[in-house]
Amino acid sequence: MTPALIAFYAFAVTTIGGGLMTVVSRNPVHSVLWLILAFLSSAGLFVLLGAEFVAMLLIIVYVGAVAVLFLFVVMMLDVDFAELKAEMARYMPLALLIGVVLLMQLGLAFGVWGFSEGVDTRLAQPISDAENTKQLGMLLYDQYFLIFQLAGLILLVAMIGAIVLTLRHRTDVKRQNVMVQMSRDPAKTMELKDVKPGQGL
Amino acid sequence: MVEFFTTTNLGIVLLILGQCLLILLPLLVALAFLMYADRKIWAAVQMRKGPNVVGVFGLLQSFADFIKYIVKEVVVPAGADKAVFFLAPMITFVLAVIAWAVIPFNDGWVLSDINVAILYVFAISSLEVYGVIMGGWASNSKYPFLGSLRSAAQMISYEVSIGLIIIGVVISTGSLNFGDIVMAQESDYGIFGWYFIPHFPMLFLFFISALAETNRPPFDLPEAESELVAGYQVEYSSTPFLLFMIGELMAVVLMCALVSLLFLGGWLSPIGFLPDGILWLIGKMLVCFFIFAMVKAITPRFRYDQLMRIGWKIFLPLSLFWVVLVSFLAKFEVMGGFWARWAIGG
Repeated sequence: MTPALIAFYAFAVTTIGGGLMTVVSRNPVHSVLWLILAFLSSAGLFVLLGAEFVAMLLIIVYVGAVAVLFLFVVMMLDVDFAELKAEMARYMPLALLIGVVLLMQLGLAFGVWGFSEGVDTRLAQPISDAENTKQLGMLLYDQYFLIFQLAGLILLVAMIGAIVLTLRHRTDVKRQNVMVQMSRDPAKTMELKDVKPGQGL
Repeated sequence: MVEFFTTTNLGIVLLILGQCLLILLPLLVALAFLMYADRKIWAAVQMRKGPNVVGVFGLLQSFADFIKYIVKEVVVPAGADKAVFFLAPMITFVLAVIAWAVIPFNDGWVLSDINVAILYVFAISSLEVYGVIMGGWASNSKYPFLGSLRSAAQMISYEVSIGLIIIGVVISTGSLNFGDIVMAQESDYGIFGWYFIPHFPMLFLFFISALAETNRPPFDLPEAESELVAGYQVEYSSTPFLLFMIGELMAVVLMCALVSLLFLGGWLSPIGFLPDGILWLIGKMLVCFFIFAMVKAITPRFRYDQLMRIGWKIFLPLSLFWVVLVSFLAKFEVMGGFWARWAIGG
C-alpha cells in the first residue's frame, strides 16, 4: 500500500459515501453539505491523477460558487418535511421505473465493454516536463480558441437572458443615489439652533 | 538518518508532520501577539490604554483570553442542528490553517511547492464562506441567519475582484507558483522592481477587497453589532467561538502574507545590497497588519448597499479592465517588458 493508494481509497470512499448521503439525507441542507464533501473528495482524486489545475477549478467553481448558491436557495426554502414524505410515496413507482431503466442501460453499456489487444501500449503518453496548467492553456487558447470563445458567448447570452427575464424596474421604492449622498455638505444640510431651556424651538 | 526521512514512507510522513508543526506553532503564537497588537493600536487611536493588566504591558492578555474561552461552558441553542453547529467553527479554523501549506517564507521555505499554489489559496479562501453560512444556519436563530446571508453575499462578491487582480499578477509572471511570483520581482533596483509599481492601482483594490473578504471593518457587516448583535457568531460561546476568532484573524494574516508576496516582493530586500530573507517578509506582513488595524480604528462602517455597489459596480469593472490592459502591456512588452517577467517561456 503506497501513500498514493491509501489516499486514493480514502478519497474514493468519501466521494461515494458523500454521494450516497446526498441522496438519502432527510434534510436538504445536509444533502448539499454532503454534495460539497463529494465535490471536495473528487477534487482530491483529480490531484492524485496529476490534474491539479482541474482540481482547483472544481473547488473554486463548484464548491466556492455553485454550491454556495445551492445552499442559499435550500436554506431559504420553507420545506415541509411531512408533506414531502407523503408525496414521495406517490412518485415512488415512477422513480423506481427510472432507476431500473438507468441500471439496465448501464448494465448493457458495461456488459459489452471490451478492450482491444494491446490497448495499454497505445495510450497517449503524458507530455513530459510541462505543467498541465500550461498544456490546458495551449489547447484551449491555441487549438480550440474559437470553440472556447463560442462556449463563453453562449454562457453570456444565457446570463443576459436570465437577467432580462427577471429584471423589473420598481418605481414604488425609494432608491439610494450614492453620488447625491456623497456630495452633500454639512453647511447645507445641517442647522445649529441655540435652544433656550424650557422654551423649545 | 537523512535517508530515513527522504526515502521511507514513515520518514516522509514524520518529516511533513514536523514541517507542519514548524509553521503552525509559531503562527499560533504570533497570532496571540497580533491580537494584542490589534487591540493596542485600536486603543491608541481612541486614546485608551487597551489591555494592560495581564503580564508586562498586558502582553499576555491573549493567553489569558485563551484560557478563559476554553474553560467556559459550551452553550448549544435549543433547536440547533448540533453537528453542523460544531462543524462550522472547525471548518473556519481548519481552512484558515491549511491555506498556509503553500505560502513560502523564504526561497524554498515552503511546505508544499505546488504549481497551482495561488489557485489553491484562492480555492481555500473561497471555501471559508461555508463556516459562516453553516454557523448562521445551524444556530436556528434570526440574527445569525441574517448575518450569515449578508456575509456570504459579501465574501462571494469580493472574491471575484480578488481573483481578477491575482490574474493580473499571474499574467505578468507567467506562473501560478508563489516562488516564481516573488522571483519575478527580483531586480537590481530593489524596491522599484516589485509588482506594486507596475500593478499600482491593484495594490489598493486588493487591500480593500481583502478587508471585505475577511469581514474586517469598515466592511464588518456580518457582525454589525448595532443591528445584528454579532451576526453569525451570536449563539457561539467558549471554544467554538474561539475557533471562529482564530480562523478570522488567521485569514487576515494570510491576506497580509498575500499582499506581501504578490505586490511587495515577498522575502526580497528593498535595497539591492542587503541580503534577502524571512525577516523582510515578516516585516512587510507586520506593516500590512498595522494598516489593517489602523483601518479598523479610523473608518466608520459601510452601509450594505454601498458595500455591494463598490464590489460589483466599481471594483469588478476596474479589475477586469486592468486584466485586459495588463495582457496588452505584457504581450507587446511595453516599456521593455515592465509587465512581462515571464519566469517560464512566454
